[in-house]
Amino acid sequence: MTTYAAAPALPDILPPKRIRTGWVGFLLNNPTIAFGLALLICMLFLAVAAPWLGTVDPTALEPIKRNREPSWENWFGTDAFGRDIYSRVLYGARVSLTVGFSVALLASASGLLIGLVSGTIRRADSIIMRIMDGLMSIPPILLAIALMALTRASVENVIIAITIAEIPRVSRLVRGVVLTLREQPYVDAAISCGCRTPMLIWRHILPNTLAPLTVQATYICASAMITESILSFIGAGVPPIIPSWGNIMADGRTLFQIKPYIIFFPAVFLSLTVLAVNLLGDGFRDVLDPRKSKSA
Amino acid sequence: MDSNTFMFSYIARRVFATIPVMMIVALFVFSLLYIAPGDPAAVIAGDQASPEDVEKIRKSLGLDRPFLVRFSEWFFNLLQGDLGTSMFTGMPVSELIAQRVEPTLSLMVMTLIIAITVAVPIGVIAAWKSGTWIDRGIMAISVAGFSVPVFVVGYLLAYFLALELDWFPVQGYVSFSKGFWPWFETLVLPSIALGFVYIALIARITRATMLEVLSQDYIRTAKAKGMGQMGILFLHALKNAAVPVVTVIGIGIALLIGGAVVTESVFAIPGLGRLTIDAIVRRDYPLIQGLVVVFSFVYVLVNLLVDVIYTVIDPRIRY
Repeated sequence: MTTYAAAPALPDILPPKRIRTGWVGFLLNNPTIAFGLALLICMLFLAVAAPWLGTVDPTALEPIKRNREPSWENWFGTDAFGRDIYSRVLYGARVSLTVGFSVALLASASGLLIGLVSGTIRRADSIIMRIMDGLMSIPPILLAIALMALTRASVENVIIAITIAEIPRVSRLVRGVVLTLREQPYVDAAISCGCRTPMLIWRHILPNTLAPLTVQATYICASAMITESILSFIGAGVPPIIPSWGNIMADGRTLFQIKPYIIFFPAVFLSLTVLAVNLLGDGFRDVLDPRKSKSA
Repeated sequence: MDSNTFMFSYIARRVFATIPVMMIVALFVFSLLYIAPGDPAAVIAGDQASPEDVEKIRKSLGLDRPFLVRFSEWFFNLLQGDLGTSMFTGMPVSELIAQRVEPTLSLMVMTLIIAITVAVPIGVIAAWKSGTWIDRGIMAISVAGFSVPVFVVGYLLAYFLALELDWFPVQGYVSFSKGFWPWFETLVLPSIALGFVYIALIARITRATMLEVLSQDYIRTAKAKGMGQMGILFLHALKNAAVPVVTVIGIGIALLIGGAVVTESVFAIPGLGRLTIDAIVRRDYPLIQGLVVVFSFVYVLVNLLVDVIYTVIDPRIRY
């Protein structure tokens, strides 16, 4: 802080506005991020601490307790095989969050690499972008479905399939940013100072792609969780034995007209988790990308 | 060059530009079948066949030829509308798809109509009342739209409006040929469910572009000359905000196609989405292939159409 010459004291009409600093201040200034983060941390807690939150084995069959309504014994009721839905929903959080975060990470890393190559090497650009155009003209869920049809059902394969479906969008985004950055005077300056291409990318281009990439990665995380639930719901995702929210809903599908709660609980958890991540994305966008915050 | 010649050459160029894209889609989809597990020759030969028999069948089917030869043959068949034969039913894939087009097409058109008539006005209102609780409310609903998966919306609607209140049929589809009203009735809930995320998307982009347009000088001029609020919003502003909105409507078709697969499953509509799920469950690769090609082709075609619409709504756009 600089010191100023003494000014006449102002009457205390307005209380001095406290400028909040630190991460608490950051969260208070960005309620969207704070709320999204809090909700996401709750879900993470439920997922990690699932075994100690009064759950039973989510795959344990108890035929006597089939289709019980929610009660003190089974908070969310039981499904057609007598499995405890509360336990299944909590364990299901693990699958959704794993898929969401892994896809976000893998898709941004591969998209970043492809985008950087495509944005800097002109000859590779036209080929890579034609391939991306082709992949982008297949609706992402359909692409993931087609890829899942090739392999056996497993969490890893679901992650890979959704990642491949998301890569074209990320690489287009990164390429676009790289192309704009290349025209910036500071890049010309770096080149004229003798900066070599790998260093130029690493020091000057890459850091500037991270802000839009973070925003995009958050949205990818949200859409990956929805895609996972859709894949599992239609029977092309996580193996039925693993309790994922999509699988629980798929199990409840036939009984939906008489036992709607089987679908209700995983649906609420899924929606809240995706909402949390989307709010985080909106918040990140406002903070990291001020140009876009007003428009989109 | 007069505008008609220009328009024609522009459209022709755009059509040609989609050919490489479709080629890549075709190549990708064909590779999918190529690397798919399971040997079609062994399946056809049956359990009793000797290795020599399988080899003979493989030769007769042309499965022993190189990848590119098989691809070009498959691609030329594709150009003639021949998508191969379903492994499970033994029927031509194109016939199977043709049988199921009507419900999916009805669902999509209905969803488009509902989504656009709801989303554009609420996006305009949100931009007009920017910063107020109306704006915040609309934006909150739009975030929810992105977060609640289509089948959750579908089940909620089916539970409350169909099971509890009995306003609509719960599930099923009635063909248009059986009359307009029954057809319409069965499509209302699925279309709203499918349109939910689409409404969120369009409303958001409408609000964003409208905010930008409303800060322009000509809007102030229109206000200064005493033009009414509605006139400004819907005549001056919306017209100038149309290009991004139309783009998003085109891109969003991908969401609709993905969502249709799920919606049809929730509401038991016998369309292309159900066919896709059946094909996956039975691992019917030629059928999966055909469906992906058809859906992608529709998607590319819609976006081609969007590009052509650009030049109509904004004559300044020249490629």
